Amino acid sequence: MQIFPFAVVAWILAVGLYGLVTSRHLVHLIMCLIVVQSSTYVLLLGVGYKTGAAAPYFFDIPAHTPAVDPVVQALALTDVVVEAAVTALLLAFAIQAHKRFGTLDPQELVQLKG
Amino acid sequence: MTPGQRRWAFLIAMAGLAAFYLWGLAGLPGFGTYLGPYGNVINRIAVAQAKATGVVSAVNFEYRGFDTLGEEFILFVAATGVATVLRRLRDERARDASGEARDEAMDREAPPTSGAVRMVALALTGPTVVIGWYLASHAQTSPSGGFQGGVVLATAFILIYLAGQFLVFERISPAGVTDAVEAVSAGGFAAVGIAAVVAGLAYLTNFLPLGTTPGAVSSSGTIALISFFVGLEVGAAFVLIVGELLDQTLLLRQGSR
Repeated sequence: MQIFPFAVVAWILAVGLYGLVTSRHLVHLIMCLIVVQSSTYVLLLGVGYKTGAAAPYFFDIPAHTPAVDPVVQALALTDVVVEAAVTALLLAFAIQAHKRFGTLDPQELVQLKG
Repeated sequence: MTPGQRRWAFLIAMAGLAAFYLWGLAGLPGFGTYLGPYGNVINRIAVAQAKATGVVSAVNFEYRGFDTLGEEFILFVAATGVATVLRRLRDERARDASGEARDEAMDREAPPTSGAVRMVALALTGPTVVIGWYLASHAQTSPSGGFQGGVVLATAFILIYLAGQFLVFERISPAGVTDAVEAVSAGGFAAVGIAAVVAGLAYLTNFLPLGTTPGAVSSSGTIALISFFVGLEVGAAFVLIVGELLDQTLLLRQGSR
């Protein structure tokens, strides 16, 4: 059984989570969140893959050619764009946090609360 | 919680996660063995039913159109959120915007953009617009669609910023116009759905003529129309976000904290 892509998913997820937990900088934290989310793209495309199948575009190949699952591809594609916008929103929060508290260290920010 | 404790808590949680992941993996078919019927069914029927050869777009804008409407509004809300969070605070005023953005931390001029960067950015602007337009208008044909096309179109505006200055960027994408384009195109997607309801069909039913040649630009009815609206919405949202972030570099704070 070929499981290498799923091992890659686990590795990307673990690396991203480790970064999230140990982060000392909000921008670094947001980048780690992107890494965590990237693991879902690999997983989605991985579960939809069919050995030897074509891309689900039938412009220049005959209809009924075996093709990979288009649903997971559609999910991944909208997700990438939405993620970029949400990342911008998080970075905007980081800018405001820096303006208010003068620090971008999440562990210091927790101590400032109260 | 000290960093050490945090790391231990993380390792314990990861061990649990790894156990569940391996358990789940044991139940998955191996990579490359696709079991679900859904993807196969859509691949089989989409070309004949929706007259679209780009099945991913057919899924996005037709079969799961309602879901994409939700995704599009997440994007809309995120862009609105950026504009709201980065609104001017009471103790901030705009820097004299006649010059280029400054390096605020060191209180010195940002180095001027080199001639090479300006030339490359200018030369790439035209092709970028063409590619973005092509992507946004060929959702039903090839690997493209409004999401990709919109991002590429927004890139053209960023190239113009690179070639010129922030003032030029603001002049070619005034916030009012960008806001209006974003709102109208986000609403346009929803309105296409409502138009189907007015015609007596279910929400987001493909009510336009489908054409006869699968994959032709004029084929596939509302797929092309929705993709066009999504392209405008995504492009405007990213221009808005980039503009807001660039605007931050022009802010001066009165009194430092």
